[in-house]
Amino acid sequence: MSYGKLDHRNGDLPRSEPQMFTMHAQNIAKPQSRTLPRHLRRLEAESIEIMREVVADFRKPVMLYSIGKDSSVMLHLAQKAFYPAKVPFSLLHVDTTWKFREMISFRDETAQRLGINLIVHVNRDGIERGINPIDSGSTLHTQVMKTDALKQALDLYGFDAAFGGARRDEEKSRAKERIFSFRSHGHVWDPRNQRPELWNLFNTRSWKGETMRVFAISNWTELDVWEYIMLENIPVVPLYFAKKRWVVHRNGALIMVDDERLPLVSNETPELKMVRFRTLGCYPLSGAIESDAATIKDVVAEMQVATLSERQGRLIDSDEVASMEKTKREGYF
Amino acid sequence: MDTDALRELTFTDSKDQLRFITCGSMDDGKSTLIGRFLHDSKAIYEDQLQALARDTVKHGTPGDAIDFALLVDGLEAERDQGITIDVAYRFFSTPRRSFMAADTPGHEQYTRNMATGASNAQLAVILIDARKGVLVQTKRHSYICSLLGIRHVVVALNKMDLVEYRKEVFDRIVGDYVKFASNLGFTSIAAIPISARHGDNIINRSRNTDWFHGPCLLDYLESIDIQSETAGLPFRFPVQWVNRPNMDFRGYAGTVVSGSIAVGDEIVVPASGRNSRVKQIVTYDGDLVRAEAGDAVTITLADEIGIGRGDVIAKPTERPEVADQFAAHVIWMDQEDMVPGRSYGFRIGTQSSASGSITAMKYRIDVNTGAHVAARTLRLNEIGFCKIATLLPATFDAYEANRRTGSFIVIDGETNRTVGAGMIAFPLRRAVNMAWRPLSLGKKERAALKHQRACIIWFTGLSGAGKSTIANLVDQKLFAMSYHTMLLDGDNLRHGLNRDLGLTESDRAENIRGAGQVAKLMVDSGLLVICSFISPYKAERDMVRDLVSDGEFIEVFVDTPIGECVRRDPKGRYAKAKSGMVKTFTGVDAPYEAPSAPEIHLTTLNQQPERLADTVLNCLAARGIIVPTNRTEN
Ligand SMILES: Nc1nc2c(ncn2[C@@H]2O[C@H](COP(=O)(O)OP(=O)(O)O)[C@@H](O)[C@H]2O)c(=O)[nH]1
Ligand SMILES: [Mg+2]
Repeated sequence: MSYGKLDHRNGDLPRSEPQMFTMHAQNIAKPQSRTLPRHLRRLEAESIEIMREVVADFRKPVMLYSIGKDSSVMLHLAQKAFYPAKVPFSLLHVDTTWKFREMISFRDETAQRLGINLIVHVNRDGIERGINPIDSGSTLHTQVMKTDALKQALDLYGFDAAFGGARRDEEKSRAKERIFSFRSHGHVWDPRNQRPELWNLFNTRSWKGETMRVFAISNWTELDVWEYIMLENIPVVPLYFAKKRWVVHRNGALIMVDDERLPLVSNETPELKMVRFRTLGCYPLSGAIESDAATIKDVVAEMQVATLSERQGRLIDSDEVASMEKTKREGYF
Repeated sequence: MDTDALRELTFTDSKDQLRFITCGSMDDGKSTLIGRFLHDSKAIYEDQLQALARDTVKHGTPGDAIDFALLVDGLEAERDQGITIDVAYRFFSTPRRSFMAADTPGHEQYTRNMATGASNAQLAVILIDARKGVLVQTKRHSYICSLLGIRHVVVALNKMDLVEYRKEVFDRIVGDYVKFASNLGFTSIAAIPISARHGDNIINRSRNTDWFHGPCLLDYLESIDIQSETAGLPFRFPVQWVNRPNMDFRGYAGTVVSGSIAVGDEIVVPASGRNSRVKQIVTYDGDLVRAEAGDAVTITLADEIGIGRGDVIAKPTERPEVADQFAAHVIWMDQEDMVPGRSYGFRIGTQSSASGSITAMKYRIDVNTGAHVAARTLRLNEIGFCKIATLLPATFDAYEANRRTGSFIVIDGETNRTVGAGMIAFPLRRAVNMAWRPLSLGKKERAALKHQRACIIWFTGLSGAGKSTIANLVDQKLFAMSYHTMLLDGDNLRHGLNRDLGLTESDRAENIRGAGQVAKLMVDSGLLVICSFISPYKAERDMVRDLVSDGEFIEVFVDTPIGECVRRDPKGRYAKAKSGMVKTFTGVDAPYEAPSAPEIHLTTLNQQPERLADTVLNCLAARGIIVPTNRTEN
């Protein structure tokens, strides 16, 4: 294996084999007695109810599995919702081919451990066109490899509902997003054509070609997610926990040198830093934070003093104020 | 309490969630108030604050360092207009409670948004501008909150800074409010003088109002006892989904919406009247002995009593209503006016595809005064009191008694839009508790078993017009949607049942009469019968129409000009007719009486059969004959 010019400068480079994070895994099979606080119990029950609605009313639902913490929580909720039956839908990962290696191995291990069908979709056309986050820029890369790829996959398999892990607390324009977000033909999201949601009475009807994104954890906050992961011992990608990793400073963010594909500019020197991630995406677009939080308890504790939002590390939407709304209108979530 | 206490992310087992709505007119300070909660509870991070400071320069109130309202005013369009046009949900948390706040617009034309926000709220913070006092809109907001079942109100008297924090102003306005609100059924009303902009009495008690001895707003929200409103109510368990992983397990998945249930308890399904006993309460985290309101569980029963999605499980001693007619308050939410008598989809609990209609408007309610006004219809944002009839009996409670089992939404069958929302007041005609085995089986029962409405879809038109092609497509599509159908075609009937009939006028009439009788029998067995016959004479078609009940005969006129039919001539019949080999051929030497008022009129020139079939399906949905969702069998 070659890391290009990095190799010449430093003998021990980021070779850390992706290793599974199994600390909590053994607890998963055997449920333990629960001590969830009431607000989390309420959120949990509400999400389970939403998932059951989808399975009851849609022909072919799927869960968009992004491998992140929110996906981990959603998947955990899905197991609860349909127990003792298996989760009655597939997971769909839209792979940009630029995910952290640890994410990919975690993904495959998770699907196998839970016996859930995993569909991985890559926009082959984008690959052929040579689209990548470094040369094409984050906007185009996201558009082609994520937004277009997602639409491709939904059309290809004929899914009529797709669970997404977006939360209302993430960003301003998300605060008004419906739980059942309606997409007309061609996956178009029209803010003026969204259905009012009263009580828990969701309007699940759609005609052929129309689809629904269902945000089952809309009402959770980032903190709720972490507390729940802690209390329920839910496995998450180890990248969320601090460890010495090779990073470079770039545009004010710490970018991890996850493989040899990241070209380094002359003044960039990878440094071994104790870092972790608050959100995960394509590694060249995900900023790490310096942190000593190596366990879930540390992470929750660190959140108490956090002064930056989780989106701050995401290069995808730091340039445009209303970018999230635009992205959404174009069909990515 | 100091600000830092808010940030402590420790929690106890008893930490719970309060969902509230902020009501006020434009510029009363709702967005500013919520923005301040977010800011002071550090739900806002530095990078967001920086963005906010930038936004303030671009969109905000001049002179402010930071316009907190921008924290919550999201969509591009409304930010540019400077108003809140949708419901925004905001979250903040203290060690004792987590809060979900719905920020909704207060204008009369946004009544639907306010109702949406109120539907899930346990408490309302009603903002009043201290300079203006109780206004018409204050009354409107209070009335809507009351109607939507909110029982706890906090009057936040805002902009106290602009009235020099004077006690008299506060006392006078609060007095006015309490007097007005006395008949709105609120259990608690609290009043707090605040300044959202300057932070008085929001997170901390303010020194500017030392005459005020109550708690600051956050303290109040943190400590108000909203004891689980649902705990003491009768047990209700709407079945969402039947969980059948294998032959040995059949569980009913759902959420206990009120009351509680324990293993061994006797239960009843009020719609069928059948009883059983709770065998197990299953969850991923282990079986439970008892499930309480709010628990999402899976229940198994001692007996197999044919339960499916939409059924409600209750206790025999505390049954909900079962009726196919009821009176309800309806809030209209669509640009298109409500049409009394028209078929709409109703979603009541997990009964997600009931169809029915609003049979009569009793009156409209003036949301500003609560007065009853005579009206025939409802427009967007109007609220009325209506009579509703559903095709099949629905299981429900009065909304006042149970918000979860007394609410419904109204869906347009053609556009699938949510066009209305309702709160049931009382049943109008109780369905006698349906015996499990009806005394005599009729069309209705047989169709209900198939979860459909029986009817005849009758395609008429010239030979070669495209009847069979479209009819076939409609048949396939309905089949794909799990409807039980049967296709009768002129040609296939003539090969069997009507083989002995020729093409004379009387034979043709006999052919249609026979077809009509067969179709009627099939309707009686609960099928959607698709018929494709030239059927040139109006009288014959009307004869078939009369065989079935009103609304069960859907005439589809496949309208293709004779010239086009001759050009297509798929079976070479026009050629034969012209050459004289076939006698009395419709359109050539026998008349075709086009329907004058067909239920569906298809003009086929330059149209794809596929599209035309979709048009038929749309019309069927609009008539409430099919439900345009993907049906799943339980
Ligand atoms: N002086 C003063 N101004 C306030 C107060 N609360 C809100 N405002 C101002 O009133 C205007 C409208 O506030 P906003 O929160 O957008 O009102 P909304 O339409 O109810 O959401 C803004 O310019 C605020 O800065 C207050 O307590 N005192
Ligand atoms: Mg506002």
